[in-house]
Amino acid sequence: MFVSLFILTLLVVTAISIARIRDLWAAVMFTGIFSFLGACWMLILDAPDVAFTEAAVGAGISTFLMLGTLALAGKKEKPTKGSPLVPLIVVGVTGAALIYGTLDMPHFGDPNSPVQTRIQPSFVEKSQPDMHGLPNVVTALLGSYRGYDTLGETAVIFTAGIAVILILRRSSTEAFGSGSTPKKGSK
Amino acid sequence: MDSFPIIRVVAKLIIPYILLFGFYVQFHGDFGPGGGFQAGVILASALILYGLVFGLPAVKKVAPPKLIEKLIALGLLIYAGTGFLTMLCGKAKDGDHAEHGRAMANFLDYGALDHHFLPGILPHGQHLGIFMIEFGVGITVTAVMTMIFYCFAGRHPETNSASSTEATP
Amino acid sequence: MTLEQVFGLYNYWVVICLMMTGFYIVIARKNMIKTVIGLNIFQTSVVLLYITMGKVTGGTAPIIPPEIAAQHAESHGHEDGHTGHDAHVDHAEHADHVSEAGYEATDAVVHHGVEAAEAAELIYSNPLPSVLMLTAIVVGIATTALALALIVRIGEDYGTVEEDEIQLINRREQPNKRAS
Repeated sequence: MFVSLFILTLLVVTAISIARIRDLWAAVMFTGIFSFLGACWMLILDAPDVAFTEAAVGAGISTFLMLGTLALAGKKEKPTKGSPLVPLIVVGVTGAALIYGTLDMPHFGDPNSPVQTRIQPSFVEKSQPDMHGLPNVVTALLGSYRGYDTLGETAVIFTAGIAVILILRRSSTEAFGSGSTPKKGSK
Repeated sequence: MDSFPIIRVVAKLIIPYILLFGFYVQFHGDFGPGGGFQAGVILASALILYGLVFGLPAVKKVAPPKLIEKLIALGLLIYAGTGFLTMLCGKAKDGDHAEHGRAMANFLDYGALDHHFLPGILPHGQHLGIFMIEFGVGITVTAVMTMIFYCFAGRHPETNSASSTEATP
Repeated sequence: MTLEQVFGLYNYWVVICLMMTGFYIVIARKNMIKTVIGLNIFQTSVVLLYITMGKVTGGTAPIIPPEIAAQHAESHGHEDGHTGHDAHVDHAEHADHVSEAGYEATDAVVHHGVEAAEAAELIYSNPLPSVLMLTAIVVGIATTALALALIVRIGEDYGTVEEDEIQLINRREQPNKRAS
Protein backbone atom coordinates (compact mmCIF):
# COMPACT_ATOMS: atom_id res chain seq x y z
CA MET A 1 0.00 0.00 0.00
CA PHE A 2 2.67 2.50 1.01
CA VAL A 3 4.99 1.37 -1.75
CA SER A 4 2.28 1.85 -4.32
CA LEU A 5 1.31 5.24 -2.89
CA PHE A 6 4.96 6.26 -3.09
CA ILE A 7 5.22 5.13 -6.72
CA LEU A 8 1.97 6.91 -7.59
CA THR A 9 3.23 10.15 -6.07
CA LEU A 10 6.43 9.86 -8.08
CA LEU A 11 4.39 9.19 -11.23
CA VAL A 12 2.32 12.33 -10.77
CA VAL A 13 5.39 14.44 -9.98
CA THR A 14 7.18 13.12 -13.06
CA ALA A 15 4.19 13.76 -15.30
CA ILE A 16 3.83 17.34 -14.09
CA SER A 17 7.53 18.05 -14.52
CA ILE A 18 7.34 16.74 -18.09
CA ALA A 19 4.50 19.19 -18.74
CA ARG A 20 6.42 22.11 -17.27
CA ILE A 21 9.92 21.52 -18.57
CA ARG A 22 11.09 23.32 -21.71
CA ASP A 23 14.24 21.37 -22.41
CA LEU A 24 13.12 18.51 -24.64
CA TRP A 25 16.17 16.44 -23.79
CA ALA A 26 15.20 16.44 -20.12
CA ALA A 27 11.55 15.82 -21.01
CA VAL A 28 12.50 12.69 -22.96
CA MET A 29 14.54 11.42 -20.03
CA PHE A 30 11.61 12.08 -17.70
CA THR A 31 9.39 10.12 -20.09
CA GLY A 32 11.70 7.15 -19.68
CA ILE A 33 11.50 7.50 -15.91
CA PHE A 34 7.72 7.79 -16.14
CA SER A 35 7.47 4.56 -18.12
CA PHE A 36 9.75 2.79 -15.69
CA LEU A 37 7.72 3.93 -12.68
CA GLY A 38 4.59 2.80 -14.49
CA ALA A 39 6.23 -0.59 -15.00
CA CYS A 40 7.00 -0.77 -11.28
CA TRP A 41 3.37 -0.14 -10.41
CA MET A 42 2.21 -2.76 -12.93
CA LEU A 43 4.48 -5.26 -11.20
CA ILE A 44 2.72 -4.51 -7.92
CA LEU A 45 -0.61 -4.94 -9.71
CA ASP A 46 0.28 -8.55 -10.64
CA ALA A 47 0.94 -7.96 -14.31
CA PRO A 48 4.61 -8.94 -14.75
CA ASP A 49 4.28 -9.44 -18.50
CA VAL A 50 2.97 -5.94 -19.09
CA ALA A 51 5.53 -4.48 -16.70
CA PHE A 52 8.27 -6.26 -18.59
CA THR A 53 7.02 -4.96 -21.91
CA GLU A 54 6.56 -1.45 -20.61
CA ALA A 55 10.08 -1.40 -19.17
CA ALA A 56 11.61 -2.71 -22.39
CA VAL A 57 9.49 -0.71 -24.81
CA GLY A 58 8.54 2.46 -22.96
CA ALA A 59 11.73 3.07 -21.05
CA GLY A 60 14.07 1.54 -23.61
CA ILE A 61 13.24 1.72 -27.29
CA SER A 62 10.83 4.63 -27.13
CA THR A 63 13.32 6.83 -25.25
CA PHE A 64 15.97 5.94 -27.78
CA LEU A 65 13.70 6.81 -30.71
CA MET A 66 12.86 10.19 -29.20
CA LEU A 67 16.51 10.96 -28.60
CA GLY A 68 17.22 10.07 -32.22
CA THR A 69 14.45 12.43 -33.32
CA LEU A 70 15.82 15.21 -31.11
CA ALA A 71 19.24 14.86 -32.68
CA LEU A 72 17.63 15.36 -36.09
CA ALA A 73 14.99 17.97 -35.33
CA GLY A 74 16.22 20.27 -32.57
CA LYS A 75 16.37 20.08 -28.81
CA LYS A 76 14.68 23.23 -27.56
CA GLU A 77 11.01 23.90 -27.30
CA LYS A 78 9.95 27.45 -28.10
CA PRO A 79 7.92 29.13 -25.35
CA THR A 80 4.21 29.00 -26.06
CA LYS A 81 2.60 32.33 -26.81
CA GLY A 82 -1.05 31.96 -25.88
CA SER A 83 -2.17 31.72 -22.30
CA PRO A 84 -2.49 28.18 -20.91
CA LEU A 85 -5.91 29.04 -19.49
CA VAL A 86 -8.11 27.51 -22.19
CA PRO A 87 -6.31 24.15 -22.25
CA LEU A 88 -6.35 24.09 -18.45
CA ILE A 89 -10.12 24.61 -18.41
CA VAL A 90 -10.66 21.90 -21.03
CA VAL A 91 -8.45 19.50 -19.11
CA GLY A 92 -10.13 20.36 -15.81
CA VAL A 93 -13.63 19.80 -17.15
CA THR A 94 -12.68 16.51 -18.81
CA GLY A 95 -10.93 15.31 -15.67
CA ALA A 96 -13.89 16.24 -13.48
CA ALA A 97 -16.25 14.36 -15.80
CA LEU A 98 -14.01 11.28 -15.70
CA ILE A 99 -13.74 11.39 -11.91
CA TYR A 100 -17.52 11.70 -11.66
CA GLY A 101 -17.67 8.60 -13.84
CA THR A 102 -15.39 6.61 -11.53
CA LEU A 103 -17.76 7.01 -8.57
CA ASP A 104 -19.77 4.04 -9.83
CA MET A 105 -16.73 1.92 -10.59
CA PRO A 106 -16.01 -1.25 -8.61
CA HIS A 107 -13.50 -0.61 -5.88
CA PHE A 108 -9.82 -1.37 -6.26
CA GLY A 109 -9.07 -5.09 -5.93
CA ASP A 110 -12.73 -6.07 -5.57
CA PRO A 111 -13.03 -9.79 -6.40
CA ASN A 112 -16.74 -9.38 -7.23
CA SER A 113 -16.31 -6.70 -9.86
CA PRO A 114 -17.70 -7.44 -13.34
CA VAL A 115 -14.16 -7.69 -14.71
CA GLN A 116 -13.49 -10.69 -12.50
CA THR A 117 -16.85 -12.42 -12.66
CA ARG A 118 -18.13 -11.98 -16.20
CA ILE A 119 -16.17 -14.74 -17.91
CA GLN A 120 -16.99 -18.06 -16.27
CA PRO A 121 -15.06 -20.29 -16.06
CA SER A 122 -12.24 -17.79 -16.01
CA PHE A 123 -9.34 -18.06 -18.39
CA VAL A 124 -7.05 -19.21 -15.58
CA GLU A 125 -9.30 -22.20 -14.90
CA LYS A 126 -9.91 -22.94 -18.54
CA SER A 127 -6.34 -22.64 -19.74
CA GLN A 128 -4.94 -25.41 -17.55
CA PRO A 129 -6.85 -28.33 -19.11
CA ASP A 130 -6.78 -26.65 -22.54
CA MET A 131 -3.07 -25.98 -22.63
CA HIS A 132 -1.87 -29.14 -20.88
CA GLY A 133 -0.04 -27.30 -18.16
CA LEU A 134 1.38 -24.20 -19.77
CA PRO A 135 2.23 -22.17 -16.68
CA ASN A 136 1.96 -18.62 -18.05
CA VAL A 137 -1.71 -17.90 -18.61
CA VAL A 138 -0.95 -14.56 -20.24
CA THR A 139 1.11 -16.23 -22.95
CA ALA A 140 -1.59 -18.83 -23.47
CA LEU A 141 -4.23 -16.13 -23.82
CA LEU A 142 -2.06 -14.02 -26.10
CA GLY A 143 -0.98 -16.84 -28.35
CA SER A 144 -3.94 -19.14 -28.42
CA TYR A 145 -7.26 -17.71 -27.29
CA ARG A 146 -6.50 -14.35 -28.85
CA GLY A 147 -4.28 -15.63 -31.65
CA TYR A 148 -5.99 -13.61 -34.36
CA ASP A 149 -5.53 -10.47 -32.31
CA THR A 150 -1.82 -11.08 -31.97
CA LEU A 151 -1.57 -11.81 -35.68
CA GLY A 152 -3.14 -8.43 -36.37
CA GLU A 153 -0.75 -6.83 -33.92
CA THR A 154 2.25 -8.35 -35.65
CA ALA A 155 0.86 -7.07 -38.92
CA VAL A 156 0.64 -3.58 -37.39
CA ILE A 157 4.30 -3.69 -36.39
CA PHE A 158 5.19 -4.95 -39.85
CA THR A 159 3.24 -2.11 -41.45
CA ALA A 160 4.81 0.48 -39.17
CA GLY A 161 8.27 -0.82 -40.02
CA ILE A 162 7.55 -0.63 -43.74
CA ALA A 163 6.10 2.87 -43.34
CA VAL A 164 9.17 4.12 -41.46
CA ILE A 165 11.39 2.69 -44.19
CA LEU A 166 9.31 4.45 -46.84
CA ILE A 167 9.39 7.78 -45.02
CA LEU A 168 12.98 7.90 -43.86
CA ARG A 169 15.02 5.91 -46.33
CA ARG A 170 16.85 8.03 -48.83
CA SER A 171 16.12 7.79 -52.54
CA SER A 172 17.19 4.60 -54.25
CA THR A 173 20.49 5.93 -55.55
CA GLU A 174 21.91 6.62 -52.13
CA ALA A 175 19.59 4.27 -50.32
CA PHE A 176 21.23 2.09 -47.81
CA GLY A 177 23.91 3.03 -50.05
CA SER A 178 25.01 5.27 -47.27
CA GLY A 179 25.88 2.06 -45.48
CA SER A 180 26.53 -0.48 -48.18
CA THR A 181 28.19 1.43 -51.01
CA PRO A 182 31.18 2.65 -49.00
CA LYS A 183 31.51 -0.86 -47.65
CA LYS A 184 31.77 -2.23 -51.16
CA GLY A 185 34.19 0.50 -52.05
CA SER A 186 36.43 -0.33 -49.14
CA LYS A 187 36.68 -3.99 -50.03
CA MET B 1 33.48 7.28 -29.74
CA ASP B 2 37.12 6.38 -29.97
CA SER B 3 37.84 8.55 -26.97
CA PHE B 4 35.58 6.61 -24.60
CA PRO B 5 37.37 3.34 -23.92
CA ILE B 6 35.25 2.57 -20.86
CA ILE B 7 32.04 2.67 -22.87
CA ARG B 8 33.50 0.45 -25.56
CA VAL B 9 34.78 -2.13 -23.09
CA VAL B 10 31.60 -2.18 -21.02
CA ALA B 11 29.43 -2.45 -24.14
CA LYS B 12 31.51 -5.35 -25.42
CA LEU B 13 31.18 -7.04 -22.05
CA ILE B 14 27.43 -6.73 -21.65
CA ILE B 15 26.18 -7.23 -25.21
CA PRO B 16 26.51 -11.06 -25.03
CA TYR B 17 24.50 -11.08 -21.83
CA ILE B 18 21.81 -8.89 -23.33
CA LEU B 19 21.56 -11.29 -26.26
CA LEU B 20 21.48 -14.29 -23.93
CA PHE B 21 18.74 -12.69 -21.86
CA GLY B 22 16.80 -11.93 -25.03
CA PHE B 23 16.91 -15.56 -26.11
CA TYR B 24 15.97 -16.70 -22.61
CA VAL B 25 12.92 -14.45 -22.66
CA GLN B 26 12.02 -15.70 -26.13
CA PHE B 27 12.17 -19.40 -25.38
CA HIS B 28 11.09 -19.30 -21.75
CA GLY B 29 8.07 -17.11 -22.41
CA ASP B 30 5.65 -20.01 -21.96
CA PHE B 31 6.83 -20.63 -18.41
CA GLY B 32 7.50 -17.20 -16.99
CA PRO B 33 6.89 -13.61 -17.93
CA GLY B 34 8.06 -12.83 -21.40
CA GLY B 35 7.42 -13.71 -25.00
CA GLY B 36 8.11 -12.66 -28.52
CA PHE B 37 7.64 -8.92 -28.15
CA GLN B 38 9.83 -8.47 -25.12
CA ALA B 39 12.50 -10.74 -26.56
CA GLY B 40 12.43 -8.91 -29.86
CA VAL B 41 12.85 -5.55 -28.20
CA ILE B 42 15.70 -6.82 -26.01
CA LEU B 43 17.55 -8.38 -28.95
CA ALA B 44 17.09 -5.22 -30.99
CA SER B 45 18.36 -3.11 -28.11
CA ALA B 46 21.57 -5.16 -28.07
CA LEU B 47 22.07 -4.38 -31.76
CA ILE B 48 21.23 -0.73 -31.19
CA LEU B 49 23.73 -0.50 -28.34
CA TYR B 50 26.38 -1.97 -30.62
CA GLY B 51 25.49 0.54 -33.30
CA LEU B 52 25.57 3.50 -30.93
CA VAL B 53 28.98 2.61 -29.54
CA PHE B 54 30.79 1.29 -32.60
CA GLY B 55 29.09 3.25 -35.36
CA LEU B 56 26.53 2.42 -38.01
CA PRO B 57 28.84 0.66 -40.53
CA ALA B 58 29.98 -1.79 -37.85
CA VAL B 59 26.44 -2.84 -36.93
CA LYS B 60 25.47 -3.01 -40.61
CA LYS B 61 28.18 -5.60 -41.08
CA VAL B 62 26.70 -7.69 -38.26
CA ALA B 63 23.10 -7.33 -39.42
CA PRO B 64 22.99 -6.23 -43.06
CA PRO B 65 19.93 -4.11 -43.91
CA LYS B 66 19.11 -6.44 -46.80
CA LEU B 67 18.79 -9.33 -44.34
CA ILE B 68 16.82 -7.28 -41.82
CA GLU B 69 14.35 -6.28 -44.53
CA LYS B 70 13.69 -9.92 -45.30
CA LEU B 71 13.39 -10.87 -41.64
CA ILE B 72 10.61 -8.30 -41.17
CA ALA B 73 8.47 -10.22 -43.61
CA LEU B 74 9.72 -13.64 -42.52
CA GLY B 75 8.45 -13.27 -38.96
CA LEU B 76 4.94 -12.40 -40.09
CA LEU B 77 5.06 -15.27 -42.58
CA ILE B 78 6.01 -17.71 -39.82
CA TYR B 79 3.03 -16.53 -37.80
CA ALA B 80 0.57 -16.77 -40.65
CA GLY B 81 2.21 -19.99 -41.86
CA THR B 82 1.54 -21.59 -38.48
CA GLY B 83 -2.10 -20.80 -39.06
CA PHE B 84 -2.09 -22.51 -42.44
CA LEU B 85 -0.12 -25.43 -41.01
CA THR B 86 -2.86 -26.05 -38.48
CA MET B 87 -5.40 -25.92 -41.27
CA LEU B 88 -3.46 -28.45 -43.30
CA CYS B 89 -2.69 -31.03 -40.66
CA GLY B 90 -5.54 -31.84 -38.41
CA LYS B 91 -9.18 -31.89 -37.86
CA ALA B 92 -11.61 -29.59 -36.22
CA LYS B 93 -11.27 -29.28 -32.50
CA ASP B 94 -14.98 -29.67 -31.79
CA GLY B 95 -14.97 -33.09 -33.39
CA ASP B 96 -17.83 -32.39 -35.77
CA HIS B 97 -15.78 -33.39 -38.80
CA ALA B 98 -17.37 -36.81 -38.74
CA GLU B 99 -20.83 -35.45 -39.41
CA HIS B 100 -19.90 -32.71 -41.83
CA GLY B 101 -17.01 -34.39 -43.54
CA ARG B 102 -14.76 -31.48 -42.61
CA ALA B 103 -11.12 -32.49 -42.67
CA MET B 104 -9.60 -29.18 -41.75
CA ALA B 105 -8.94 -27.45 -38.48
CA ASN B 106 -9.46 -23.74 -38.09
CA PHE B 107 -6.81 -21.13 -38.76
CA LEU B 108 -4.44 -20.98 -35.76
CA ASP B 109 -6.16 -23.91 -34.01
CA TYR B 110 -3.01 -25.37 -32.47
CA GLY B 111 -4.82 -28.42 -31.16
CA ALA B 112 -4.33 -29.81 -34.65
CA LEU B 113 -0.56 -29.87 -34.19
CA ASP B 114 -0.81 -32.75 -31.71
CA HIS B 115 1.82 -35.44 -32.22
CA HIS B 116 2.68 -34.53 -35.76
CA PHE B 117 6.27 -33.39 -35.55
CA LEU B 118 9.08 -35.31 -33.88
CA PRO B 119 7.04 -36.70 -30.98
CA GLY B 120 9.00 -36.75 -27.78
CA ILE B 121 11.45 -34.05 -28.84
CA LEU B 122 9.32 -31.07 -29.69
CA PRO B 123 6.47 -29.95 -27.48
CA HIS B 124 3.18 -30.52 -29.19
CA GLY B 125 -0.33 -29.24 -29.52
CA GLN B 126 -1.04 -25.84 -28.08
CA HIS B 127 2.45 -25.58 -26.69
CA LEU B 128 4.11 -26.02 -30.08
CA GLY B 129 1.73 -23.57 -31.72
CA ILE B 130 2.39 -20.88 -29.13
CA PHE B 131 6.12 -21.53 -29.40
CA MET B 132 6.05 -21.06 -33.17
CA ILE B 133 4.00 -17.89 -33.24
CA GLU B 134 6.11 -16.35 -30.47
CA PHE B 135 9.15 -17.15 -32.58
CA GLY B 136 7.62 -15.38 -35.56
CA VAL B 137 6.66 -12.37 -33.46
CA GLY B 138 10.17 -12.22 -32.01
CA ILE B 139 11.77 -12.17 -35.47
CA THR B 140 9.46 -9.45 -36.76
CA VAL B 141 9.88 -7.22 -33.72
CA THR B 142 13.68 -7.56 -33.70
CA ALA B 143 13.87 -6.78 -37.39
CA VAL B 144 11.46 -3.83 -37.29
CA MET B 145 13.15 -2.20 -34.30
CA THR B 146 16.60 -2.64 -35.85
CA MET B 147 15.33 -1.28 -39.16
CA ILE B 148 13.83 1.77 -37.46
CA PHE B 149 17.21 2.36 -35.82
CA TYR B 150 18.95 2.14 -39.21
CA CYS B 151 16.47 4.57 -40.72
CA PHE B 152 16.83 7.16 -37.94
CA ALA B 153 20.60 6.79 -37.77
CA GLY B 154 21.05 6.75 -41.54
CA ARG B 155 19.27 10.09 -41.72
CA HIS B 156 22.01 11.82 -39.84
CA PRO B 157 24.77 13.52 -41.86
CA GLU B 158 27.57 12.23 -39.67
CA THR B 159 26.22 8.81 -38.83
CA ASN B 160 28.78 6.86 -40.70
CA SER B 161 31.45 7.92 -38.30
CA ALA B 162 29.68 8.76 -35.05
CA SER B 163 26.61 7.77 -33.10
CA SER B 164 23.29 9.12 -34.17
CA THR B 165 22.26 10.89 -31.03
CA GLU B 166 25.29 12.76 -29.83
CA ALA B 167 26.19 14.97 -32.76
CA THR B 168 24.43 18.28 -33.05
CA PRO B 169 22.63 19.18 -36.25
CA MET C 1 -18.07 10.75 -0.14
CA THR C 2 -16.91 8.28 2.44
CA LEU C 3 -13.41 7.31 3.37
CA GLU C 4 -14.08 3.83 2.02
CA GLN C 5 -14.81 5.30 -1.38
CA VAL C 6 -11.58 7.25 -1.29
CA PHE C 7 -9.57 4.13 -0.53
CA GLY C 8 -11.44 2.12 -3.14
CA LEU C 9 -11.13 4.61 -5.95
CA TYR C 10 -7.85 6.43 -5.40
CA ASN C 11 -6.12 4.39 -8.11
CA TYR C 12 -8.58 5.60 -10.76
CA TRP C 13 -8.15 9.19 -9.63
CA VAL C 14 -4.38 9.08 -9.85
CA VAL C 15 -4.60 7.50 -13.29
CA ILE C 16 -7.06 10.18 -14.43
CA CYS C 17 -4.68 12.81 -13.09
CA LEU C 18 -1.87 11.34 -15.20
CA MET C 19 -4.14 11.08 -18.21
CA MET C 20 -5.12 14.72 -17.95
CA THR C 21 -1.46 15.76 -17.70
CA GLY C 22 -0.82 13.95 -20.96
CA PHE C 23 -3.91 15.51 -22.49
CA TYR C 24 -2.77 18.97 -21.39
CA ILE C 25 0.62 18.48 -23.02
CA VAL C 26 -1.08 17.41 -26.25
CA ILE C 27 -3.39 20.41 -26.51
CA ALA C 28 -1.29 23.17 -24.94
CA ARG C 29 2.15 22.58 -26.40
CA LYS C 30 2.94 23.47 -29.99
CA ASN C 31 6.14 21.48 -30.30
CA MET C 32 5.46 18.22 -32.09
CA ILE C 33 7.99 16.15 -30.18
CA LYS C 34 6.41 17.35 -26.95
CA THR C 35 3.02 16.37 -28.34
CA VAL C 36 4.26 12.84 -28.97
CA ILE C 37 5.61 12.73 -25.42
CA GLY C 38 2.17 13.78 -24.18
CA LEU C 39 0.51 11.04 -26.21
CA ASN C 40 2.96 8.55 -24.72
CA ILE C 41 2.03 9.62 -21.20
CA PHE C 42 -1.65 9.36 -22.07
CA GLN C 43 -1.12 5.87 -23.46
CA THR C 44 0.81 4.68 -20.41
CA SER C 45 -1.92 5.93 -18.11
CA VAL C 46 -4.63 4.17 -20.12
CA VAL C 47 -2.61 0.98 -19.77
CA LEU C 48 -2.38 1.58 -16.03
CA LEU C 49 -6.16 2.12 -15.87
CA TYR C 50 -6.83 -1.28 -17.41
CA ILE C 51 -4.24 -3.04 -15.29
CA THR C 52 -5.70 -1.67 -12.04
CA MET C 53 -9.06 -3.13 -13.00
CA GLY C 54 -7.60 -6.63 -13.28
CA LYS C 55 -6.10 -6.63 -9.80
CA VAL C 56 -7.71 -8.81 -7.11
CA THR C 57 -6.87 -8.10 -3.48
CA GLY C 58 -4.52 -10.75 -2.18
CA GLY C 59 -4.06 -12.10 -5.67
CA THR C 60 -0.89 -13.10 -7.42
CA ALA C 61 0.37 -12.93 -10.99
CA PRO C 62 -1.48 -15.28 -13.38
CA ILE C 63 1.40 -17.70 -13.71
CA ILE C 64 0.56 -21.16 -12.41
CA PRO C 65 3.23 -22.52 -10.03
CA PRO C 66 5.35 -25.21 -11.70
CA GLU C 67 4.15 -28.04 -9.43
CA ILE C 68 0.51 -27.57 -10.38
CA ALA C 69 1.33 -27.03 -14.03
CA ALA C 70 3.47 -30.19 -13.98
CA GLN C 71 0.46 -32.20 -12.83
CA HIS C 72 -1.30 -31.14 -15.97
CA ALA C 73 1.66 -31.94 -18.12
CA GLU C 74 1.76 -35.38 -16.50
CA SER C 75 -1.90 -36.01 -17.02
CA HIS C 76 -1.29 -35.20 -20.64
CA GLY C 77 1.74 -37.44 -20.64
CA HIS C 78 -0.50 -40.34 -19.59
CA GLU C 79 -2.65 -39.57 -22.53
CA ASP C 80 0.41 -39.92 -24.69
CA GLY C 81 0.84 -43.43 -23.38
CA HIS C 82 -2.68 -44.37 -24.39
CA THR C 83 -2.82 -42.80 -27.77
CA GLY C 84 0.81 -42.83 -28.76
CA HIS C 85 1.43 -41.14 -32.03
CA ASP C 86 -2.16 -41.59 -32.99
CA ALA C 87 -3.61 -38.20 -33.71
CA HIS C 88 -6.93 -39.62 -34.83
CA VAL C 89 -8.43 -40.04 -31.42
CA ASP C 90 -11.66 -38.16 -31.17
CA HIS C 91 -10.77 -34.72 -30.05
CA ALA C 92 -13.83 -34.01 -27.97
CA GLU C 93 -13.25 -37.16 -25.95
CA HIS C 94 -9.62 -36.28 -25.60
CA ALA C 95 -10.45 -32.87 -24.21
CA ASP C 96 -12.96 -34.36 -21.77
CA HIS C 97 -10.51 -36.87 -20.48
CA VAL C 98 -7.81 -34.32 -19.87
CA SER C 99 -10.12 -31.84 -18.28
CA GLU C 100 -11.49 -34.46 -15.87
CA ALA C 101 -8.03 -35.40 -14.78
CA GLY C 102 -7.07 -31.78 -14.70
CA TYR C 103 -9.98 -30.26 -12.88
CA GLU C 104 -9.55 -32.37 -9.79
CA ALA C 105 -5.99 -31.20 -9.45
CA THR C 106 -6.77 -27.56 -9.95
CA ASP C 107 -10.18 -27.32 -8.41
CA ALA C 108 -8.87 -26.60 -4.94
CA VAL C 109 -6.42 -24.06 -6.22
CA VAL C 110 -7.67 -22.27 -9.27
CA HIS C 111 -10.92 -20.73 -8.23
CA HIS C 112 -12.14 -17.35 -9.04
CA GLY C 113 -14.51 -14.64 -7.98
CA VAL C 114 -16.58 -15.11 -4.87
CA GLU C 115 -15.49 -18.60 -3.90
CA ALA C 116 -11.91 -17.55 -4.26
CA ALA C 117 -11.79 -15.86 -0.90
CA GLU C 118 -13.02 -18.91 1.00
CA ALA C 119 -11.98 -21.95 -0.93
CA ALA C 120 -8.68 -21.30 -2.61
CA GLU C 121 -5.15 -20.99 -1.35
CA LEU C 122 -4.08 -19.06 -4.43
CA ILE C 123 -6.00 -16.31 -6.12
CA TYR C 124 -4.89 -15.11 -9.51
CA SER C 125 -5.40 -11.63 -10.82
CA ASN C 126 -7.22 -11.37 -14.11
CA PRO C 127 -4.93 -12.11 -17.07
CA LEU C 128 -7.27 -10.63 -19.67
CA PRO C 129 -6.43 -6.91 -19.12
CA SER C 130 -2.74 -7.83 -19.23
CA VAL C 131 -3.14 -9.44 -22.62
CA LEU C 132 -5.13 -6.55 -24.05
CA MET C 133 -2.61 -4.03 -22.78
CA LEU C 134 0.38 -6.00 -24.09
CA THR C 135 -1.14 -5.56 -27.53
CA ALA C 136 -1.77 -1.88 -26.86
CA ILE C 137 1.81 -1.18 -25.76
CA VAL C 138 3.33 -2.82 -28.80
CA VAL C 139 0.96 -1.09 -31.20
CA GLY C 140 1.75 2.13 -29.30
CA ILE C 141 5.48 1.87 -29.94
CA ALA C 142 4.78 1.16 -33.62
CA THR C 143 2.66 4.29 -33.96
CA THR C 144 5.17 6.35 -31.95
CA ALA C 145 7.95 5.31 -34.30
CA LEU C 146 5.81 6.28 -37.28
CA ALA C 147 4.95 9.66 -35.74
CA LEU C 148 8.58 10.39 -34.96
CA ALA C 149 9.59 9.45 -38.51
CA LEU C 150 7.03 11.92 -39.85
CA ILE C 151 8.34 14.58 -37.47
CA VAL C 152 11.88 14.02 -38.72
CA ARG C 153 10.71 14.52 -42.30
CA ILE C 154 8.73 17.64 -41.37
CA GLY C 155 11.73 19.02 -39.52
CA GLU C 156 13.91 18.47 -42.56
CA ASP C 157 11.52 20.16 -44.95
CA TYR C 158 10.44 23.10 -42.81
CA GLY C 159 13.44 23.56 -40.58
CA THR C 160 11.20 23.61 -37.51
CA VAL C 161 8.87 21.28 -35.62
CA GLU C 162 6.73 23.99 -34.01
CA GLU C 163 3.14 23.81 -35.23
CA ASP C 164 2.49 27.57 -35.42
CA GLU C 165 5.70 28.26 -37.33
CA ILE C 166 4.84 25.55 -39.83
CA GLN C 167 1.40 27.11 -40.31
CA LEU C 168 3.06 30.49 -40.82
CA ILE C 169 5.40 29.10 -43.47
CA ASN C 170 2.49 27.41 -45.21
CA ARG C 171 0.54 30.67 -45.31
CA ARG C 172 3.49 32.61 -46.62
CA GLU C 173 4.11 30.11 -49.38
CA GLN C 174 0.53 29.70 -50.50
CA PRO C 175 -1.30 33.00 -50.14
CA ASN C 176 -3.79 32.10 -52.88
CA LYS C 177 -4.91 28.99 -51.12
CA ARG C 178 -5.73 30.94 -47.99
CA ALA C 179 -7.72 33.50 -49.98
CA SER C 180 -9.80 30.86 -51.68
